Amino acid sequence: MSGGAWYAWVGVALSTLGFFGFVVHRHLVRRLLAFNIMGSGCFLLLVGLAGDGRAIDPVAQALVLTGIVVAVASTALALVLLRRWYRVSGESVLPEDV
Amino acid sequence: MNPLPWLVALPLTGAILVFVLPGRWRAQVSLALLVPVAFASLLTLAGVLSQGTQSHVLGGWLAPLGIGLRADGFAAGMAVLTALVATPCLVHAAFSLRTKAAREGFWPLAWFLWAALNTIWLSADLFNLYVGIELLGLAAVGLVALAGSAQSLAAAMRYLLVALLGSLLYLLGVALIYAALGSLALADLAAHGAGEPTVLIAVVLMTFGLLLKTALFPLHGWLPPAHGGALTPVSALLSALVIKASLFILVRLWLTMGPGAMPVTLAWTLGLMGGGAVFWGGWMALRQTRLKILVAYSTVAQIGLLFLFFPLVTGTPIAAATLAWDGMVLMLAAHACAKAAMFLAAGNLVLAIGGERIADLNGVCRFRPFSLLCFGIAGVSLSGLPPSGGFAAKWLLVQSALASGQWIWLPVLLGGGLLSAAYVVKVLASALVEGPVSDRFKVPSLPLDLSAFVLGCISLVLGLVAHTPLAWLRAGGPFAGGG
Repeated sequence: MSGGAWYAWVGVALSTLGFFGFVVHRHLVRRLLAFNIMGSGCFLLLVGLAGDGRAIDPVAQALVLTGIVVAVASTALALVLLRRWYRVSGESVLPEDV
Repeated sequence: MNPLPWLVALPLTGAILVFVLPGRWRAQVSLALLVPVAFASLLTLAGVLSQGTQSHVLGGWLAPLGIGLRADGFAAGMAVLTALVATPCLVHAAFSLRTKAAREGFWPLAWFLWAALNTIWLSADLFNLYVGIELLGLAAVGLVALAGSAQSLAAAMRYLLVALLGSLLYLLGVALIYAALGSLALADLAAHGAGEPTVLIAVVLMTFGLLLKTALFPLHGWLPPAHGGALTPVSALLSALVIKASLFILVRLWLTMGPGAMPVTLAWTLGLMGGGAVFWGGWMALRQTRLKILVAYSTVAQIGLLFLFFPLVTGTPIAAATLAWDGMVLMLAAHACAKAAMFLAAGNLVLAIGGERIADLNGVCRFRPFSLLCFGIAGVSLSGLPPSGGFAAKWLLVQSALASGQWIWLPVLLGGGLLSAAYVVKVLASALVEGPVSDRFKVPSLPLDLSAFVLGCISLVLGLVAHTPLAWLRAGGPFAGGG
């Protein structure tokens, strides 16, 4: 297995693990961490598949950099909302029934 | 001068500009900015109609590293629809927002929202669409949280989680397509995508992610609290435009590959989920006791009607597919105007009675007839009564279902109309009953009622003049020859 394919498979494993954690957990910090793991898996998959057997691909790198910026921004917003929700309600999970 | 970059640059500049301005100037500056942004949208549409599909390469950097913008009839039409719907909503916001946080926080977020919407309409590659939909999600979540109550914070948090999951699934699909084709341009996807198994897996992942963001039944759980609990102009923007953005990307994906290349099973799954949405959303709307939550469930139902497009366009004769396209696009436009009008009118009624409960509407027809009239006009289009845009759209979808022999969608279209008429009448009936002897109704200012009225009238007139805008929206697309 070439290096790129190895990274791609690790990426698939991380995304699956992250997806599983995101769906199973209720605690909001855990869900946020799961989202970040899933995101890292996606980025690894993107770079791994693009670099498979070819020279290093600048486009894939640029895409992943943009993706990381987006993920950091989303995580920051989620943390702000989470802290506010915790202060208002004293809960770290969402009310399940609407 | 090419107006395409301005469609993105102007709202983006506006967002940053109003963010650095002191809070009390933000509304005035935003209202002034509406003029050039709306003008750029109209200019784009005019350009597409006179010279065909427009494109622009930002900064002269060519693809794959640079970002290209492209406007066909559908994209330009959506940009104009955005301006048409957002303008009354922003006017409403300028007069209706009361708390300091809402008055100051709304404007930068609303402009970011607009910039994201225009980015999505004009994107020519899959990754730019990803950035657009992420920016859209973040701005929308911020707007939902502006209401400030515990419920709206929980709704915003749930919305954010769903939006994040949806965009990661979309990103996974982007990664797979890039690996398979070595390009992310929609044009390359159109040329080489069909028949590639990797691309098919990618499209299924992306479809699932986009369905989460569009809130198609049974993935709609986040929508009613988020749309129903937000500030009134925010609810209107979210229900009218934001959910249409993920649907727009889905339609783009579907048509770029050619409807023939997509699996019929997937199309029928989308159609059946849409059918479920129409009945479940309508039934839930009928059971609500709070006005804005009722309107939010009506959005769940109407989204379902838009998804009937997919089975009607996949593997059907070109005549039926063209009718389905016209019906879907008209439904999209009519719903955007009618739902924005209904949310604004509902917000005005809530303001008048000082509460959310539908039962408290008793007597409102005597004291606030104009606010109620606006709600009724929007209801006419939503339940698909002639001569509204909603009626013409349903008529086209029925024609398409008959032409392709897919009779199964007729009960969905007709039953959905009956259900929407039922929940609109439920509100009107409560408002027409003479209430407890009380005239303690607050008076929404005239611009609030007028913004709802204008949007309602547009959705009504859309049915009479549908032919021309439909021809515009077909320009440059796969159905350009039909009509």
